[in-house]
Amino acid sequence: MSARDEILGRVRSALTQADRSPVAVPTTHRGRVHEGDLVELFVERVEDYRATVTRCADSEVAGTVSRLLPEGTSVVLAPGFEWSVPGAAVDSGLTAVQLDSVGAVVTGATVGIAETGTLVLTHGPGEGRRLLSLVPDVHVCVVRASQVVADVPAAIGVLDPRRPQTWISGPSATSDIELDRVEGVHGPRTLHVVIVD
Amino acid sequence: MTGTFVGMPAFPTAARAALADSQLRSNLAHATSTIRARRLAVVGELDGWEELRLAGAAIKDNTLLHLDEHLLALEASLTARGAVVHWARDADEACRIVAGIAKDHGADEVVKVKSMATQEIGLNEALAAEGIAAWETDLAELIVQLGDDLPSHILVPAIHRNRAEIRQIFLDKMAAVGRPAPADLTDEPARLAEAARLHLREKFLRARVAVSGANFAVAETGSLVVVESEGNGRMCLTLPDVLVSVVGIEKVVPTWADLDVFLQLLPRSSTGERMNPYTSIWSGVTPGDGPQEVHVVLLDHGRTRALADEVGRQALRCIRCSACLNVCPVYERTGGHAYGSVYPGPIGAILNPLLRGVGTDDQVDSLPYASSLCGACFEACPVRIDIPAVLVDLRAQVVDAHRGGVPRPEAAVMRSASWVLGTARRLGAAERASGLVGRVAGRLARRSSSSGRPLMSRLPGPGAGWSDARDLPAPPAESFRAWWKRTEGGHR
Ligand code: SF4
Repeated sequence: MSARDEILGRVRSALTQADRSPVAVPTTHRGRVHEGDLVELFVERVEDYRATVTRCADSEVAGTVSRLLPEGTSVVLAPGFEWSVPGAAVDSGLTAVQLDSVGAVVTGATVGIAETGTLVLTHGPGEGRRLLSLVPDVHVCVVRASQVVADVPAAIGVLDPRRPQTWISGPSATSDIELDRVEGVHGPRTLHVVIVD
Repeated sequence: MTGTFVGMPAFPTAARAALADSQLRSNLAHATSTIRARRLAVVGELDGWEELRLAGAAIKDNTLLHLDEHLLALEASLTARGAVVHWARDADEACRIVAGIAKDHGADEVVKVKSMATQEIGLNEALAAEGIAAWETDLAELIVQLGDDLPSHILVPAIHRNRAEIRQIFLDKMAAVGRPAPADLTDEPARLAEAARLHLREKFLRARVAVSGANFAVAETGSLVVVESEGNGRMCLTLPDVLVSVVGIEKVVPTWADLDVFLQLLPRSSTGERMNPYTSIWSGVTPGDGPQEVHVVLLDHGRTRALADEVGRQALRCIRCSACLNVCPVYERTGGHAYGSVYPGPIGAILNPLLRGVGTDDQVDSLPYASSLCGACFEACPVRIDIPAVLVDLRAQVVDAHRGGVPRPEAAVMRSASWVLGTARRLGAAERASGLVGRVAGRLARRSSSSGRPLMSRLPGPGAGWSDARDLPAPPAESFRAWWKRTEGGHR
């Protein structure tokens, strides 16, 4: 018998005595009403993770991004990124090894989650392949205020499960050494979030 | 290589050694109390935590009761998304599958994301036997692996090591397996993390094959979810050409929407954060982005045995958050190693016997007794696993399994305890008897507790085995009942 058939057979015989009638699943966590300004909550929660947050107008994105990056940093842009950033090169399929010597990456995002201070990238146009926002040490992530949703259920509701996703809540971190939080192990050690109003 | 727990002594013996290790005890106490406080804060600020727990438990129960259907759905959607699905009856079969994939690609090394399932099946050792090096990339796992050590906590496996030891391990061991630690390495956590970053970056950029587990597998969409902090998971899931994920069959959830429960429950219960730094989700192969060859190994290895246990089945809801460890008074004092398994603490005390069965291994059989049944684990558990109820049921199973042979001391004690506790009259008689014992024991006591109260060394008779691993306060010379009667409830 194949392993597949054997495991499925074991599952079925394990459940022969079981009462298989469905258990009711509460759904009160969906559609909760949040009072107050979602974008302000988002800012507060992102800053809690020791990421920086800058709010600006649509016309100020290029200048804001430039100011966040130290002079002389090599910068790569996700293909299809809406704004131009002076001096930045658009990613043309750089390898991980090539990206390892790039200083910073600028991408968009699909959703911001206010309650948890999370950015979700789905790696389509403007967001780049997954390794793009991973290998360089600085990540600048630009999100529109209109992309901010209230909470995790709201985000799951709008995200497309067929897309690869990276949920980012602050810079890479570890607490493995005596529980001291250290920012930055393998992912970008610096995360700048720019919110476009 | 990370060691295994084979040949670990039974819990009481191992616990005695752990209790004498003051470094382990103080690190654990610090870790568990810190994470406990964080967890309470982020759980408290969320409206409707109890409803979320109920939802998590109900979704998992519904899934487990129709596990065959959900596994078939998962297989179909993964296959449709370009992933290759394998089934593994046990650890050996799973290890053979992973080794086979690595060999097909001529790989003599793989990079790994921290995964309980691959630890459970001893994958690193199995790969090593095939000449394939498995590099752990989680900082704590790296510390454990380089130190040739055993993990002591699900979430912070190297919590038994202090920073000075970690520095020494890095200085001594990194050079032999890759980029050496900088000679001027200090024991500052940021410098240690930096050393790990540089050491592992080389491996990430070179690796062709990665191995992961998954926190959740969505049947409807074929999406796998890995929740992490450091970014090593993202590295492993993104950079190599080939990705193999070993997923316990109980990790399946039916629909994409179900994640809105678990992605709230897990980070808040686990690290005590609103959200963990990184969550990666992928559904099979994405052309032009990430691994172009994706394998998923669906692992049984005792899970169907646990599924057949009417009371114990609920243990398969576990999302491995480790909240139950952090609230457990027994775990806090004895640490992870004493449980002799990759699953320590309250969940380990039920999961190991459920996965492996009782009655064949003394070590496993001792685990259901590694608890005071205080119930803190149930209160903390995000999927409401009634660990105390399962423990009690497993104790009965252990007793039954040994019936006919020499009764285990625990069994004898439990049996006489239930007989004694059965009626008030018997309890009174027993208390008077133990008051007698108390007067004798008080005189004989060789030790006293920090409060100066005499401690008993060893219970006589069938209780001896039980008290061997416990410091019992010697019974007072007068029993509570006798005192109550004499003083009319303390009024006289
Ligand atoms: S039993 Fe519950 S609390 Fe313990 S690790 Fe599993 S999910 Fe978390």
